[in-house]
Amino acid sequence: MAGPEAPELARAAEAGGADLIEIGFPFSDPLADGPVIRRAAEKALAAGMRTAACLENLRTIRDTVDVPLVPMTYASLLEAYGWERFASEARAAGAASLIVADLPVDVHEEIIRVQLVAPTSEDDRIGLAAERTDGWLYLVTVAGTTGARAELSPALAPLVERTRALTDKPLYAGFGISTPAQASAAAELADGVVVGSAALLAADDGPAALERFVGQLRVALA
Amino acid sequence: MTTETYGAYGGRYVPETLIPALDELARGWAETRADPRYRRELEHLAARFIGRPSPLYETERFAPPGRRIVLKREDLNHTGAHKINNALGQILLARRLGKQRIVAETGAGQHGVATATVCARFGLECVVYMGSEDMRRQHPNVERMRLLGAEVTPVEFGTKTLKEATSEAIRDWIANVETTHYLIGSCVGPAPYPSIVRELQAVIGDEARAQMLETYSRLPDAVVACVGGGSNAIGLFAGFVDDVDVRLVGVEAAGAASLGSGRPAVLHGARSSVLADEDGQVLDAHSISAGLDYPGVGPEHAALRDSGRAEYVTATDEEALAAFRRLAETEGIIPALEPAHALARALDVDAELILVGLSGRGDKDLAEVLSH
Repeated sequence: MAGPEAPELARAAEAGGADLIEIGFPFSDPLADGPVIRRAAEKALAAGMRTAACLENLRTIRDTVDVPLVPMTYASLLEAYGWERFASEARAAGAASLIVADLPVDVHEEIIRVQLVAPTSEDDRIGLAAERTDGWLYLVTVAGTTGARAELSPALAPLVERTRALTDKPLYAGFGISTPAQASAAAELADGVVVGSAALLAADDGPAALERFVGQLRVALA
Repeated sequence: MTTETYGAYGGRYVPETLIPALDELARGWAETRADPRYRRELEHLAARFIGRPSPLYETERFAPPGRRIVLKREDLNHTGAHKINNALGQILLARRLGKQRIVAETGAGQHGVATATVCARFGLECVVYMGSEDMRRQHPNVERMRLLGAEVTPVEFGTKTLKEATSEAIRDWIANVETTHYLIGSCVGPAPYPSIVRELQAVIGDEARAQMLETYSRLPDAVVACVGGGSNAIGLFAGFVDDVDVRLVGVEAAGAASLGSGRPAVLHGARSSVLADEDGQVLDAHSISAGLDYPGVGPEHAALRDSGRAEYVTATDEEALAAFRRLAETEGIIPALEPAHALARALDVDAELILVGLSGRGDKDLAEVLSH
């Protein structure tokens, strides 16, 4: 989540072995998010992290780490800031791409971004998302919001299988992946894993804890 | 599948997970609304279960001199508000879609009670999300929902009111979308919800127009309704929107004037006029009326405002409380605090024959009113 600690946390995540870092630009009503990310967003907003501050924060993080950075946010921020303006200023501030959690693939097609598909998605939507996505496709492993689950979703395997039949783009799996064991199991299916809520919880204990946690994920994926 | 918009408003701003469910809903609704058996079942239950048509009643002592104020008595419906019109229509739709579980949000509790009622009637599991602040100020409705067999889940974060309850209901729906129908309570949310709710509430305006012609041999000069999410207003306006000489007046709570003080933003799956800051972050609304205490509004209202076909004004908490007491004392009718806002403006709107949507009764509000 964007904020004063984000540059140091990004450095820790990179040191732990992260290949790419999502930076949350907080929204007041994040429908796709479970309690951990929602609370982090509330805290960031209370600390004044509005769009301009988030972009400035992104610039600082860009100067701190080498891995690609991808802002993850919601449509209302782009609506208010200007769709094209938001996208171009994010790129200028160092974003490799963009994720907009509540923007279906057929809305605002001009905004080049990482597309998401879910276990509920039909093949024609998956095909469209794969065609339009920016580099890699985000596979949402469960019908649900972000946050830890006891088990890796059984819906991931059939989703990967369906998606592979439609595209050669890299597939990164996220939502509900919180432990090294789950990451390892997901990585046997997908080309990468996205860990959000669990990383935020680790970061609550500081950069060293986040680096250790990401290191454990890295080892599990080796 | 194309999605309906109202001018630049509406649309579908939701996680991709929900798109198949919205497509299914749109297809199911298109088939269902065209099916005469659905129409017959809905009309039968509207008459026998809800008690439609609701009467028109002209106030004797409430209206100031020189003005006639006619109430469309949705407060006399079963469960005490207009919300049951939509809940009944959607539950019949949900059954056709094969859904066994219903989730809903509620603010004042009237939609929650209506949803719990139709779920009890048809034996469906019912989960209602309600902000903990609203559970406090609308406690009788919480007890009512539980008596009807619904699970009322408190929402303890953010404003602890309708905005957060709606977000949590949508999150529940995302997680249970295969088995669950989201029975939204107002003309908000992603397409096709605003048009479904409008059509199911249009019975208010269609009846009222025919009743006006029958009783007065003329249409009203102005139609006045309160606007939170805007479902009773859109239903009442629907009967008169093509009658260009009839003024349509929506009354928002002064502290929740999404149309009066809002800006374009995305909330709960649609683009509309929203109380939001310049960065698109949604602001807290403030109203004594839990049903109007919502920073968003149905996209069709935003379009009606922009086109000038409807005008939107506000009433303060104090004005609503005064109108609440006045209707009780002069007519023997205790209104809900929500339509008390419309009653307040009906007293000073510049028109002779005024139709007011009395969207619900005020039993639920007694504790809140007596504490002021």
